[in-house]
Amino acid sequence: MDRIPILKMGDFLLVTIQVDLYDQLAETLESDLVQMVKKYNSKGVLIDISAVSIIDSFMGRILGNISMMSKIMDAETVVVGMQPAVAITLVELGLPLKGIHCALNVERGMELLRSKITQDIQEDEEDDSYSE
Amino acid sequence: MIVTLSKDSIKITREQDTIFLRNRVKEWATKIGMGLVNQTKLITAASELVRNMLKYAGGGTVDIEIVSKGRENGVKLIFSDKGPGIKDINLAMRDGYTTGRSLGLGLPGTRRLVSEFEIQSVVDEGTTISIIKWKNG
Repeated sequence: MDRIPILKMGDFLLVTIQVDLYDQLAETLESDLVQMVKKYNSKGVLIDISAVSIIDSFMGRILGNISMMSKIMDAETVVVGMQPAVAITLVELGLPLKGIHCALNVERGMELLRSKITQDIQEDEEDDSYSE
Repeated sequence: MIVTLSKDSIKITREQDTIFLRNRVKEWATKIGMGLVNQTKLITAASELVRNMLKYAGGGTVDIEIVSKGRENGVKLIFSDKGPGIKDINLAMRDGYTTGRSLGLGLPGTRRLVSEFEIQSVVDEGTTISIIKWKNG
């Protein structure tokens, strides 16, 4: 069966979608990702969709699911590289991708992930100091 | 008046066929010089409708046509299936309504993405949806 590869990079997981997605493939990616987050204790997931030429309501929902599931597993998700035509289509379709963090490219996505994680750690430390 | 210039037909029986259909639609849209944004809208619409067809009717046929109206060219897609049909079309066209566990954006969202949208459905006989995206529409 086809699979989209997931790469581990330090605390992060990196997914570059280079093929046309069909529903089954997207669902497999969703479950693979959540399992990898658990397996590698990942703090962040970066999904590069720069090669994806269309996103419809199903794939949008999968992206939302991945983001929500990772959140519950204490990992942040950033989607990067969306093509302008895809963004226009998504909004007109009525799919605002709520709760998904986006960045223009991989570099900025990585920055965003890092800042989110340090932010989380700081908040945790503050919480700890209150309880003392 | 809308004139059909050329025509092709694709059978849809499994999920992977959607990729073939998307590529074919892209090919035809490129042929008439449709811009990237309109192409993306059309292909996304096709993808939504094919999913419905597979999910509710287990497959069907998609006819692709290049049509022209006056000086405007466009791509027309006709999705026909022999599925259970839609009981209440007005309800199905409403944002957020779904009988499955999806977001309920498929039909109303698709209508927003294309220039012309027509739906006919008979319960227990099937559904036919035809959409047109004009090159500059």
